[in-house]
Amino acid sequence: MQLGLEYYLVLSALLFTIGVIGVLIRRNAIIIFMCIELMLNAANLAFVAISRNLGDPDGQLFVFFVMAVAAAEVAIGLAIIVSVFKHRETINVDEVNSLKG
Amino acid sequence: MNPEMILFFIFGAVSLIGAIAVISFRHPIYSALSLIVTFFAQAGLFVLLGAHFVAAVQVIVYAGAIMVLFLFVIMLLNLGTLSAKGALTGKLKGVAIVLGILLAVQGIYIAVNALKNTALQDAEAATETVTTYTIGELLFSKYLLPFEVTSLILLAALIGVIVLVKRENQTEN
Repeated sequence: MQLGLEYYLVLSALLFTIGVIGVLIRRNAIIIFMCIELMLNAANLAFVAISRNLGDPDGQLFVFFVMAVAAAEVAIGLAIIVSVFKHRETINVDEVNSLKG
Repeated sequence: MNPEMILFFIFGAVSLIGAIAVISFRHPIYSALSLIVTFFAQAGLFVLLGAHFVAAVQVIVYAGAIMVLFLFVIMLLNLGTLSAKGALTGKLKGVAIVLGILLAVQGIYIAVNALKNTALQDAEAATETVTTYTIGELLFSKYLLPFEVTSLILLAALIGVIVLVKRENQTEN
């Protein structure tokens, strides 16, 4: 007997929620980035679980594309964080607010 | 309790604890290490789901390459010293957590109930695992265009990072 789809989807929803809460309550740009990775991983888990249940490997292919985009996003994001830090000596997102009107 | 269920609860608990640790540690290094634990537990879940190649890529790309990048930046910027005045306090934090719990309830409701009338409910869970051979074949036939576009995204990221760093040097000179 295989474990039902609901178990994996509930775990995925919980991981996604922890990522959202992290983005909301933390002000450190690096930790916000890690929380975004957490949310992407929760989506990956749902993709693979549904792919298994449908007997269709397409879901796993999407996981690879998500991983590729996440890698590109992390490279750009960390470069932006490094250059912001060089200019302002902080990565607290509340203090980096020049774009706010 | 069959073996899959026991392993699911072990890996699920480890990944949830790791995820909570990511958002609760003050020091970014500890958060990054907790995130690696979460990624490893998720690789275990992928193995349970029969996605062996995805699990390997998860460990190599996420837990390996991406987290090394995170740790490198944290150490490069020496962030531990100024992260103390980090998180929100008091009322705002409470609001954020209440909103998060609402989101979790919605997600669980969808996972448990809303799938009932869809094809997913009737689908018999596939018994054979998806092999690397199948993935490679799909990647170079049905998903050839997305595959090539992915390489363009990576190229754009590469050029973007170089431009960001280069402009930095010119303003300093």
